[in-house]
Formats: sequence, structure tokens, C-alpha cells
Amino acid sequence: MTAAPLLSVEDVSVDLPTPRGNLRAVDRVDLTVGAGRTLGIVGESGSGKTMLSRAILQLLPRKAKPSGRVMFDGQDLARLDGEALRKLRARSLAVVFQDPMTSLNPVLTIGTQLVETLQEHLDLDSAAARKRSVELLAAVGIPAPEARLMQYPHQLSGGMRQRVAIAIALSCEPKLLIADEPTTALDVTIQAQILDLLAREQRRRHMAMIIITHDLGVVAGRTDEVAVMYAGRVVERAPTHALFKHMHMPYTEALLAAIPKIDAAPHTRLPAISGRPPDPTRPLKGCSFSPRCRYAAGRCHSEKPSLALAESPAHQFACFHPIGLAAGVSA
Amino acid sequence: MTGEAPQSPARDPLLRVENLVVEYAVGGKTVHAVSGVSLEIARGETLGLVGESGCGKSTLARAVLQLRRAVSGRVLFDGQDLTAMHGEALRRMRRRVQLIFQDPIASLNPRRRIGDIIAEPLVIAGIKDPAKRKNLVCEVLSAVGLEPALVIGRLPHEFSGGQCQRICIARALVLNPEFIICDEPVSALDVSIRAQILNLLEDMKARFRLTLLFIAHDLAVVKAVSDRVAVMYLGRLCEVGPSEQLFARPAHPYTALLIEAIPVPDPDVRPAESVPVGEPPSPIAPPSGCRFRTRCPRADQRCRDEMPELRAVAPNQYAACHHPLT
Repeated sequence: MTAAPLLSVEDVSVDLPTPRGNLRAVDRVDLTVGAGRTLGIVGESGSGKTMLSRAILQLLPRKAKPSGRVMFDGQDLARLDGEALRKLRARSLAVVFQDPMTSLNPVLTIGTQLVETLQEHLDLDSAAARKRSVELLAAVGIPAPEARLMQYPHQLSGGMRQRVAIAIALSCEPKLLIADEPTTALDVTIQAQILDLLAREQRRRHMAMIIITHDLGVVAGRTDEVAVMYAGRVVERAPTHALFKHMHMPYTEALLAAIPKIDAAPHTRLPAISGRPPDPTRPLKGCSFSPRCRYAAGRCHSEKPSLALAESPAHQFACFHPIGLAAGVSA
Repeated sequence: MTGEAPQSPARDPLLRVENLVVEYAVGGKTVHAVSGVSLEIARGETLGLVGESGCGKSTLARAVLQLRRAVSGRVLFDGQDLTAMHGEALRRMRRRVQLIFQDPIASLNPRRRIGDIIAEPLVIAGIKDPAKRKNLVCEVLSAVGLEPALVIGRLPHEFSGGQCQRICIARALVLNPEFIICDEPVSALDVSIRAQILNLLEDMKARFRLTLLFIAHDLAVVKAVSDRVAVMYLGRLCEVGPSEQLFARPAHPYTALLIEAIPVPDPDVRPAESVPVGEPPSPIAPPSGCRFRTRCPRADQRCRDEMPELRAVAPNQYAACHHPLT
């Protein structure tokens, strides 16, 4: 890689003060996303994946204390003022949330919301903005787009609302789209359609995308690279194929094994992960996964493994006893 | 409306639902939530019920328990018609049938201690001796993998989602029921916790000789625990059959669509380009004939005119389709 990546997250941490003490939601994360590439961030609830996306978008809760640097398209986002950030998020750094009602205004029609966005950010007159709105709604698979412009969000189904939210996110041709659990609230037949829609629009626009999800199945066929998060840290990061075929981090292995497989016989016992994630206000001295890990021994309980390189520089993992590699490679 | 209930392998089913119709009014309109569903569950069997949101699967569960009264049809539990029962008789019968919900935290009273929450069914059942109640509570908590001494004095908010679901399972088991309806019991839980709870349900089923109706929208989860699976769409059953067979050779186009839509955690399995089948119509105005026809690639005039009945397509497998895939 010669050119700087579109997005680079450099040593980003997020601390949240809580009544029970400091909560480190994101712990020293480094990530990059190249133009036109797709990164999947996988983690369970509380793993810090959503807080990380908020840190990238500079949309953290007011009391949160971020550190590190987020470089996007050559700019250090923390140095931008509110107005510049607002412009940036509208035009080149778009987001789609799990619940489309987070981004839609319930008292404005779909048309008003789309047309206003286009007029504000693309300098279109109202007729051109309206025409473009209809094209966008048609592009995201909304039947009878003209009629939908007059409707309010509550008149649409969950899947249709998510399509509208995607249409608005795509309206200004962003360079990066962050999709935070975009299909978690939707039924499986609708989920497949929305994921296909995102993939199609991404190819067409040569847009980079970050898909945040708890479902390894969602990232498997639809990303170039995957980062697995656990207790605020990236614990394994690799090109998608390498991650699924040669995973080194025991958590990744356990997470994949715990998913019921459609081709397994009924009543097959699932290899469950015992216990539960650690309390984020009481950080462990050793590896955060060690209390639940079947390979944990010795220094796993006293020392935090840092991200180490595997066979290729693109594959990193944080483990003293990596699967498929001689123990002690990482340090 | 429909003909015979599809035959289950047993002659003497624990639960038999016959032509159940449930409707309710919303803003002056009628929601056709369940429209003529018949099914049977054999003793000791787990029947999985899958369908997308709004298909009527939860309404069906509530109508089985008489928490919502059916417009017509019968629910026979151990040979007795629950739809004809009222008051004390129904309450007595309900001790044999329990329900576990999707949101474990919302199903526990936040102001009551775990010990009291689990003992409450025993109080209602008339077990007056507090020592006996406490023994039963401790026994059932140990069974679900919780340490009674560390749990009974605490409040629900002190527990994680997975632990709360264990508590809900303990509460469902404390009266030693025969039949448990699990309504999306793991869909609010993380993957690593979900497997624990699914395994626990399987263990409890064996230990307490339970019969289960397991409702979920995730086919892989349903397959993991079910002997037979019923697929529901817009208030009607599309297909019923033994799990393995149904997944290997789905006969109804909707079952096939659901199976195809599951994201597979394997990068070598390219996601099949989704069929742009649109969204389910409203249960306020369901389509004529086959309710799936508006999204079905095989639909023709007959599907519009004539409602398909469940018919045998293979041994023990039944599909309601004019143009089945097998």
C-alpha cells in the first residue's frame, strides 16, 4: 500500500465515566479502511464496536473521553469544528443505524427529508432535488417512489424505513458508509435484500464500507477484511478468507463454533462459551478472554497479549496460545 | 377451512390444535393473526415454529394458553379442550403448561428478589409451607446452573441477559410442568450466551421429560433443538415436517426462501443473490388464495383463486402449496 488509506483509526480509546468507575469502552484500537474496501467489525454486545463507530464519526456521548487519532480522507477529524464535521458527515462520511427511526424524523415526510438533504448539500434546485430523490428511492428498491415521497416514516415497514435511511445516507455519494447493525432489527428475508442492496450500491459507487455486526454470517461473504472485537479491543484482524479458514484467536474460534449450523443434525450439542464477558469497569490484568478460554494458562492471566502478526502482515491476533501456530510466537 | 391436522408420529399427542382462528380489532379493522392452524405435538417432542415478525406465531402461542381467546377452533391439551375451560379449571391446567419469553429482563419484576419471583408460582399453586417452597426454588436454580445461595436474595438488574433467561427457565420449571412454550427465548441474547441457553433447554427437556413448542425466527436455532418444524406465514402454516428432511428438501417456496436467506458463516459460500420478493402483506388484508402468492416466484392464477391445504409431499412432511418444489 503506497497511498494513505481512506480511513485510519490510530490508537483510539474511549473512556466513559460511570457511577461504578471508569469504563474503558474502546481500548487502543488501530484499523484502516482503503477506498472501495469493506471492513466487517464483529463483536457481541458490550464489545465496544458501536462506541468505536461513534468515535470514528465524532458522535460520542458528551461525557466520553476519547484519545488517539481518526484520520479520514487526509483530515484529522478531532481537529474539525462542528460545522465542518456536519458537512463531512453529510457528504462523505455517512452512517446507517440499526433502528432507522434514529436517523429519520417522524414528523417530516420522506420527501421533505430527502429533498432537503439534497438541496442543502448538493446545491440542487427543488425540482432537480425531487427528481433525484425519486431516483434514489427507486435505486434502493422502493416500489412507487413518487407516492412514497408524501408518506411519513411511520407509514412504512421496518425494511422500507431502512431502505429510506440508506437512500438518504447514499444521497450525497459518500466515500465511506458506516452501517451499524443495519439488519439486526429486520427479518431474514428482508436482511438478505438489504445486505445485497448495500453491496450493489457499494460496487456501483466505489464506496468504502464498514459493516458492524454481531453475526459472523453477515460478514463472511460480504467483506474484504474482518476485525473481531472483545472487551473493547481488536483481538483478531485478517482478510475475511484467512480469518474464517485460519483463525488464530481462541475467541474467534469459540464464537464461530457457538453458532447453530443449518447443516448440523437436530439436537447436536453446541460448543458454548462458558461464563460471560468481563465487567468493563473492572479491567482484567491478563487477557480479557482468559476466564472463558479453554487454552488459557500461565501468563494469559497476568499479562495482556498485544496484537501480533501471523503469516502475513494483514493478519493480526492478540493471543499467547494461538490456534494453529506454535505457542509463544506472539509477544 | 383446513382438513385434518397433519399426523404426528404419535397416536396420542399431548397438544392438538384444530383449525384455530384468532382475530383482533385494531382501529376498527380486523387483523387476521391466525387463520385456521392445525398441528399436533407428541409427548416428549420439540416442535419448532418459525416465521417472520407478524406471521402470528406468538399469537398462536398465546391462544394455545388461552391468554387470548380464539374466534373458533379447539386446543386439546392431554385430551381436554382448553377453549371450553374457564376459571379454576383453566388455572389448574395452566400449571402443566408454562411460557418463556424473548426478553428475559422485562419478564422479571425489577422490584422483587429472585427467590420470591421463582417461588410465586408455588404460592399461587397453594404450597403454603415456606421451607418446602425454598427447597423447590433452590433445587430448580441449581438445575439451571445458578448457585441458589448467591442468587435468591438479589434483584433482576444484578444479572446479565443470559442469567435472567436462566432465572425465567427456573421459574417455568418450578411447578414441574409437562409442556413449555418458548417464544423466541434466545433472540435477545449474544451468540456466546445463546448456545449456553439452547444447551440448557435441551438438558432440562431430558431431565424433566418436557414437551416443547419452540418459537423463533432463526431457522438454524430452530433446527438445533427441534424434532419437527412448522413454518408459518401470515397466519397460516406453509409446511410441517421432520427437521432434517424439511431443511434438506423444502417443499414450500417460502421455506426454501427462508433457508436461502440465512447468512452462512463461511466465506466460500457466496451469499445467493436475494430474490427481490418484497415484503409480507398486511394481515389486515391478506391476499386471496395462497397468502404467500404475492412474493412467490411460482404463483399463478390458481394460487390467486384457491387456498392451498396442507397435503403430504413426503412421509410425515406436509406442504400447503399448489406448486410444491418436491
